[in-house]
Amino acid sequence: MSAGALDPGALRGDFPILSTKGRSGSRLVYLDSASSSQRPSAVLDAMTEYYSTTHANVHRGVYEIAEEATRRFEAARVSAGRLIGAPKPSREIVFTKNVTEAINLVAFTWGRRNLNKGDAIVLTEIEHHANLVPWLMLAEERGIELRFLKMADDFRLDLSNLDDLLDGARLVCVTAASNVLGTVVDLAPIAAAAHAAGALVLADGAQLAPHRPVDVGSLGVDFFGYTSHKMLGPTGIGVLWGREELLEAMPPFLGGGEMISDVRLDGFTPNDIPWKFEAGTPPIAEAIGLGAAIEYLEGVGLEAIQAHEIALTSYAVEALRERYDEFTIYGPEPEPNWRGGVISFGFGSVHPHDIAQVLDEKGVCVRAGHHCAKPLMRRLGVAATTRASFYLYNDEEDVDALVEALAAVRELFG
Amino acid sequence: MAGLEDLYREIILDHYRSPRNRGELPIPPAHRVEGFNPLCGDEVVVYLDVDDDVLRDLRISGHGCSISQSSASMMSAAVKGKSLAEVREVARSFRSMISSEDTPAEDEDEVVSVDPESLGELAALRGVVRFPVRIKCATLSWNTLLQGLDEIAATVGDPSGR
Repeated sequence: MSAGALDPGALRGDFPILSTKGRSGSRLVYLDSASSSQRPSAVLDAMTEYYSTTHANVHRGVYEIAEEATRRFEAARVSAGRLIGAPKPSREIVFTKNVTEAINLVAFTWGRRNLNKGDAIVLTEIEHHANLVPWLMLAEERGIELRFLKMADDFRLDLSNLDDLLDGARLVCVTAASNVLGTVVDLAPIAAAAHAAGALVLADGAQLAPHRPVDVGSLGVDFFGYTSHKMLGPTGIGVLWGREELLEAMPPFLGGGEMISDVRLDGFTPNDIPWKFEAGTPPIAEAIGLGAAIEYLEGVGLEAIQAHEIALTSYAVEALRERYDEFTIYGPEPEPNWRGGVISFGFGSVHPHDIAQVLDEKGVCVRAGHHCAKPLMRRLGVAATTRASFYLYNDEEDVDALVEALAAVRELFG
Repeated sequence: MAGLEDLYREIILDHYRSPRNRGELPIPPAHRVEGFNPLCGDEVVVYLDVDDDVLRDLRISGHGCSISQSSASMMSAAVKGKSLAEVREVARSFRSMISSEDTPAEDEDEVVSVDPESLGELAALRGVVRFPVRIKCATLSWNTLLQGLDEIAATVGDPSGR
């Protein structure tokens, strides 16, 4: 195995779904982790064990199992902060439904409190809709100007006009890693320029946090969102990290129980952070599952995961290019630092839906479509792409299966 | 289990490789209508030349997968030259054919019992019903066609419009 310290063959046994069979009884070749990853038994067991032994609502009961539920829930918050180097995890980590909700939370609270007509937000044309539509909605409501960093021809962000775009900007919203291109964005210089211009920085970390070590301090960002289900955890829970003083100054998000410290018939007093942003009973088992996922990832080692994914990406690109003239890649060349394990590709003129359909027949699961990034699709000049994405449990056998299965696409549509 | 041969029948691939009635018509007199599949970004543009309650001519442009393109091509061949009432009847039969219990037709009232043989080449798309995600690919051009007929009816008061 060419991928250094990580042995996916040993890890695969931890993931029950990977021993099930794909269509036609073949090995399940799961190459869609950028959309949603699979879960190891450790995560499933942590959630089952919680429900089986100590479920009760959190922050309410004075009995033993409620105290234990609260302890595990808050311990997961600390783990979620530790993963990204949050200085004060117990205050700065807000549990949300997913990254989409994390970004909407910032738009709804910080954005509505601070942005008015004439203010500007800098975005990029490679964003996922999750980091685009909340700002389009806010712009429509408030008359805010949206400006966009362009993608350069090497599939990286063109920062040459960043200072111009920052003139008068209050916020920069940028993906940390593209779910389409695999491009990893060098956030530190963007954050430095933004701060020099008096703007804050929100990073969409959905495709970064699962795949490599993250330290929000050295990235220099002010808000960072990531989601559990792309990093071995359950669906239904995501994370917003924000600097303590920013979160403290922000108004609440949704109203209800849990997010208050006092309620009168003529008003209410919000709770302290982070609970101020967590109205209602939270996803308790999901938080505990996320905590277990983080411990699993830390056990494997995020440096090892990063190295493994880029080695596999290099192997795949080389094999696909060697075998198929019609293979074209939409993303930077594989390299260790600023590239993730996502390969968006074209295959002659065959439509991605047809490619994915034929691959499915061979048990190979890939994503076909616009990947919730329609402006980027227009920039790339395509309606859709096919995307294979790798994670710690993928190996060269998965890549070989992809390469071989594409022969059937060529045969049918070539 | 449904195999690929149920989906990608030879006649479908033939229409995909050699689409019929591909192109545009001058507007006016033709009517132009667009349809989108938000799932995959597919886009179909249908140009309709309706005169005296007859679909005299139509053209298809846009882009999409083999299922959406072949369905559009077969549709164009099936409805060209027919009266608007006949066009709607074929559309109703087609949409009924590729609806199932899991994925009912978008308008449940229109489900009718269909003898696939009556649909000619279009019967080749019957296999799509076993690939639920692809049903919207197959119905995109038909829904767009019906939308166009509704739009024309709204402007000229087509008696066959519903």
